[in-house]
Amino acid sequence: MTDAATALAGPDHQAALRAATFGDVLRSEWTKLRSVGSTFWALTVTVVLGIALGAVISAATAHGYARSSVSAKLSWDPTNMSLSGMVIAQLAIAVLGVLCVSSEYSSGMIRTSLIAVPKRGRVLAAKSLVFAVVTFVVGEVTSFVAFFVGQALISGHAPHAALGDPGVARAVVGAGLYLTALAVLSVAVGTLLRHPAAAIACLVAVLLVLPGIAQARPDSWQNPVNEFWPTQAGGQIASVYHSAHTLQPWPGFGVMCLFVAIVYAIAWTLLDRRDA
Amino acid sequence: MIEAHGLVKRYGSTMAVNDLSFPIRPGMVTGFLGPNGAGKTTTMRMILGLDAPTQGSVTVGGRGYRDLPAPMREVGALLDAKALHGGRRARDHLLCLAHSNGIPRSRVEEVLRIVGLEGVARRRVKGFSLGMGQRLGIASALLGDPAVLIFDEPVNGLDPDGIHWVRTLLRALAAEGRTVLVSSHLMSEMALTADHLLVIGKGRLIADTSVEEFVRSSSQQSVHVRSPQAAELAARLREAGAAVQAGTGPDVIEITGMDSAEAGKLAAAHGITLFELIPVRASLEEAFMELTRDSVEYQATGATR
Repeated sequence: MTDAATALAGPDHQAALRAATFGDVLRSEWTKLRSVGSTFWALTVTVVLGIALGAVISAATAHGYARSSVSAKLSWDPTNMSLSGMVIAQLAIAVLGVLCVSSEYSSGMIRTSLIAVPKRGRVLAAKSLVFAVVTFVVGEVTSFVAFFVGQALISGHAPHAALGDPGVARAVVGAGLYLTALAVLSVAVGTLLRHPAAAIACLVAVLLVLPGIAQARPDSWQNPVNEFWPTQAGGQIASVYHSAHTLQPWPGFGVMCLFVAIVYAIAWTLLDRRDA
Repeated sequence: MIEAHGLVKRYGSTMAVNDLSFPIRPGMVTGFLGPNGAGKTTTMRMILGLDAPTQGSVTVGGRGYRDLPAPMREVGALLDAKALHGGRRARDHLLCLAHSNGIPRSRVEEVLRIVGLEGVARRRVKGFSLGMGQRLGIASALLGDPAVLIFDEPVNGLDPDGIHWVRTLLRALAAEGRTVLVSSHLMSEMALTADHLLVIGKGRLIADTSVEEFVRSSSQQSVHVRSPQAAELAARLREAGAAVQAGTGPDVIEITGMDSAEAGKLAAAHGITLFELIPVRASLEEAFMELTRDSVEYQATGATR
């Protein structure tokens, strides 16, 4: 055992004493994110399923294109088809976003974190910024690869899209942006609810269950949900063809961002005020 | 230096901490002592800005914790050794904390060495024993080389060797002029480690005193006597103003209110033979239990029904 009396003080004690900065907290959160195994696995699932599912759906629908109805042909959106895997990718991002906060609550790590950085807003800001940047990079890679793989599988069986076509580049980039907004939402919901299971259930409800229920209801229910439900509105940014009762891409994404901002503000306020 | 002024924490109708005021001075180990549920951890959480006081305030070096520009360089804390992400390696855990306060990476290796965990730095912490967890927690408290250290029950789960190590470490930190606050519910542990005591019960301050003073004032002294003439001696002692109680045998008595020297002289003056004359001091543990008897949160009544 080391003699307790030796070398307690660091050689840098007074020399390096400076105020902690937001950059320090960013670095800390980046280290946190990369030093747990679940990050790597969730991101791998995002990329692999995002690309593979898009490829399978693209190939299947393209083969059935010739036999499909006129209305289906009119609303044919090969770009969006190749990005179908985003439905699964978004779940992986949502779970990872929730976990990067709520796992700190379930383990008690949050107390250690908030003792290290008592300016709590910084912790939330750094966590969401780091995770948003990681998601943006992973999301763009996934969506571009999914797009090119999908178009390669569609071409020859049905009309396919090229990046230069109107709205296509925006939709491909937009799929990554949608995931990024969702990443920030997940971190905020994790902060708000603190329990991983509750937060994940809540996000699944927002992403899949409630819009799904609305699809089974009459138009008077379905239309406003398709138009204004934050994640439905935000998803428009990844489509080239827009059906009736949907917002245009950027206004739709704006609705989603506004929703994320509101949830984020509530999470920020509660984090600051609640006992940790 | 930690200073609390009229600290109050209420959870619903429960008063966890009730009007605590105290200074905790540098250069010594201050033991924060109280039965389970007395409010020790709550007080520490308020010092560290985790819980907001219902009333009152507490400062570290003259500032509220949340206003410290580089908290880990001024205060090192170990609240709960299990409060970490089990999937992270020990070194990474310390690195996350070091980065957050701009502490260089070399210091992580240093504290790993100080606590003796350099051999397991690459292991994930979920495989750590409670004792290893405590060492890792102590390492994180030392990271910023702070002038103030706060430890909540640091010897929990440690083996005798580890307990001795923590004790030596705390003494060494205080000897370097740092402020060291250590909580415990074991008086015997504090008697060995602390210089000063802050005793609380049911959220209230019961004593703020040096360990020596605490021992002197609160340990009841009595004298154990065995004599073939016990009855006669008892009568003489009562005449001289001492209180006498029957002991464990017919020839044994227990004297309070007179020390052994006086009792011995009195016996000699009356020609009374003594077989035993032993000053008895109540243990610190008994003194502490005496002091906090009325403020124990969860009390066994002795009866099973």
